[in-house]
Amino acid sequence: MADLSIVFAGIKAPNPFWLASAPPTDKAYNVVRAFEAGWGGVVWKTLGEDPAAVNVSSRYSAHYGANREVLGINNIELITDRSLEINLREITQVKKDWPDRALIVSLMVPCVEESWKHILPLVEATGADGIELNFGCPHGMPERGMGAAVGQVPEYVEQVTRWCKTYCSLPVIVKLTPNITDIRVAARAAHRGGADAVSLINTINSITSVDLERMVALPTVGNQSTHGGYCGSAVKPIALNMCAEIARDPQTQGLPICGIGGIGSWRDAAEFIALGSGAVQVCTAAMLHGFRIVEEMKDGLSRWMDSQGYANLSQFSGRAVGNTTDWKYLDINYQVIAKIDQHACIGCGRCHIACEDTSHQAIASLKNPDGTHAYEVIDEECVGCNLCQITCPVADCIEMVPLENGKPFLDWNHDPRNPFHVVL
Amino acid sequence: MIKTLNHLPHPRDNAAVLAGHFTDLAPPLNARQAELEASRCLYCYDAPCVNACPSEIDIPSFIRNIQQENVQGAAQKILSANILGGSCARVCPTEILCQQACVRNNAHECAPVLIGQLQRYAVDHAQFSEHPFQRAAATGKRIAVVGAGPAGLSCAHRSAMHGHEVVIFEAREKAGGLNEYGIAKYKLVDDYAQQELDFLLGIGGIEIRHGQKLGDNLSLSELHQQFDAVFLGLGLAASKQLGLADEDAPGLLAATDYIRELRQADDLTQLPLADRCIVLGAGNTAIDMAVQMARLGARDVNLVYRRGLDEMGATHHEQDIAKANQVRLLTWAQPEQVLLDANGQVRGMRFARTHMLDGRLQPTGETFELAADGIFKAIGQAFDSGALADPLARELKRQGDRIAVDEHLRTSIPGVYAGGDCTSLDQDLTVQAVQHGKRAAEAINAQLMLNVEAA
Repeated sequence: MADLSIVFAGIKAPNPFWLASAPPTDKAYNVVRAFEAGWGGVVWKTLGEDPAAVNVSSRYSAHYGANREVLGINNIELITDRSLEINLREITQVKKDWPDRALIVSLMVPCVEESWKHILPLVEATGADGIELNFGCPHGMPERGMGAAVGQVPEYVEQVTRWCKTYCSLPVIVKLTPNITDIRVAARAAHRGGADAVSLINTINSITSVDLERMVALPTVGNQSTHGGYCGSAVKPIALNMCAEIARDPQTQGLPICGIGGIGSWRDAAEFIALGSGAVQVCTAAMLHGFRIVEEMKDGLSRWMDSQGYANLSQFSGRAVGNTTDWKYLDINYQVIAKIDQHACIGCGRCHIACEDTSHQAIASLKNPDGTHAYEVIDEECVGCNLCQITCPVADCIEMVPLENGKPFLDWNHDPRNPFHVVL
Repeated sequence: MIKTLNHLPHPRDNAAVLAGHFTDLAPPLNARQAELEASRCLYCYDAPCVNACPSEIDIPSFIRNIQQENVQGAAQKILSANILGGSCARVCPTEILCQQACVRNNAHECAPVLIGQLQRYAVDHAQFSEHPFQRAAATGKRIAVVGAGPAGLSCAHRSAMHGHEVVIFEAREKAGGLNEYGIAKYKLVDDYAQQELDFLLGIGGIEIRHGQKLGDNLSLSELHQQFDAVFLGLGLAASKQLGLADEDAPGLLAATDYIRELRQADDLTQLPLADRCIVLGAGNTAIDMAVQMARLGARDVNLVYRRGLDEMGATHHEQDIAKANQVRLLTWAQPEQVLLDANGQVRGMRFARTHMLDGRLQPTGETFELAADGIFKAIGQAFDSGALADPLARELKRQGDRIAVDEHLRTSIPGVYAGGDCTSLDQDLTVQAVQHGKRAAEAINAQLMLNVEAA
């Protein structure tokens, strides 16, 4: 079996599956259960200065799919609501009991040097393997000048990172907020401040739904609501892009990335790793199913690696980064055409109506003698957009087949149709 | 009660136990189940299920409404195409209609969406505060509908909606037709036919006159004179005969007669029970009869058919119901002689074994006897020609013994329309009858309004 062990920003772990700083890593009881279940590491739920934060009730709400499958969760829980002393004591004991697991401590204190100077030695004394700076929490804490309020200002990110590197010898991971316009700016700031790694994404500002009877958004606290942090599988595409942006940015190239955002399966994890992550963090999937999910994640990832001939994670980490580029470098002459496997087709007509109403009228509906319909692609009209394949309920029924058009590679930079094209 | 079965004993079980045997065969979905099932629908375009529905219900749309917690919208969508959508949801052989056509019935998928059950869920839970369809401005036109079965009721409702006044002439005490008198009790429970009737009449403009029988105290000539249009939804009132001696002996009865008694009985314990019984036939009525007799407590129920299982009119689903109720399906045997005891009461039947020879059903020469206390004929219904006895009615063009109609449900006599089982069109199904009634109402309306414009 493939070797899943990692050394991420100098931190060793038996596998790349870490639990993110969140309710599942709030206290020793949970963390021990997680380690027993096989997690490679945890990021202890964010510590702050005493007095500890106070939380409200209720705290979560969900965005559901058609069959109540949870697409995403929104939460308005703050950082730990337990005292610093209790947390530090528990961290010390857990690290002692589980020396082979990565134990990172998430931190959030006011944006003043004294605060960081005070807390960092206390954390280092626990024996923890590293710290993660919570610059991402989008609810509650920013109102107090912390969390995303720091993460959204590159100068603060750089400054606090530097303080941490100054007053602490542990690896420093900077957790980035996605609630900004360009993730690279914050990553560059962390890099300048001396960060050993970045982790992303933190949660996204959100309201999941509105109770139309009570006319209040969810989650509710009494008759009120506030925006919370969105996570879960729905945010994965956003997170993947942000990781890739940092991975391929010349200014941050080589900066270790810990991928976070909607990871619930080994495949999700492998995708983050392929786009440059050296480790991944999981939260929502564990909150929905318990810590046991790590078992299938580890098993699936190592079997897939075996099937691909990857002996360890570094052999494929970042392998998809080089193929991620700017639009202007894409081959404008490349074309695919949809092909429907008539044998696999169940005749639902979704491809036809999707293409007919909203795309290129490239799928004909042919009436059979028995009143049912057959669907055929009109090759000349198909632009290869993938929509039919996306709406088809049967996997592999519609294949996007590359068209051998004999045209050479041509990107927009060199396309004569581009008024600003590069003349060779 | 049924005189010809008076000599038989009564069920052994008490009323509560028997009632338990006649509750919903397929229990309704609860909200959670409906949500789960609705989410399985792929919302097909040009959906095969709609294509397979005789009453053209927009199935993907109503299921999407259920999924979006708009149960009333779902029900309205169903009822706008099929005003008897509630009973059709219960009695339709969905396994050969919408659910057979469902793309999820494909071998690569798992199982069809339970369309019938979802339809029932929507109609049962719609809770309309007022009738969901409004009548158009009164036209002053009057329409006579003969027969308050599914075809007649459907025609009446759609006609009332168009602003016409409708009078329904019904021979029996209750309206509803086969829904009231002919469907297995466990398929349509809790007096549903009458509940649905009340709902349907909620539109207004429909009067039902009971005890009015065409060919008896009613004539087509009169109706044709007195009304602007006539719709005949007569059904098939006569049961086919075996053509054997002693066919009227005590212990031998048409299955439809027994089912009617069963459905109307206030006390199931007082019904006659044929402990050993034979049901002759191969359609859904034969299955209904056999299964109900088994559920009343009969120990030995044989359903005998002269051909093979594949030729049975009853669907595989129905056959499975029979088997699940310990009904024995005997094929390739045709009735040869009614066997009587010393009192002249049925004691059994002799059958001739049959086989196919040169493409024809032939006796093999071998016979066997089955002991039975009761024999029930479910070999099909026939048109009761006595209904068409008056001079005008006799002019109606017939196809076989049934009334010939064109695709607009027009008979050969202008102004007279017909639909449902009494016509030669389509399959004999409740849902088909509803569609006939609806389409006839549209044709009548188009014709009457054309005349108004011309005038």
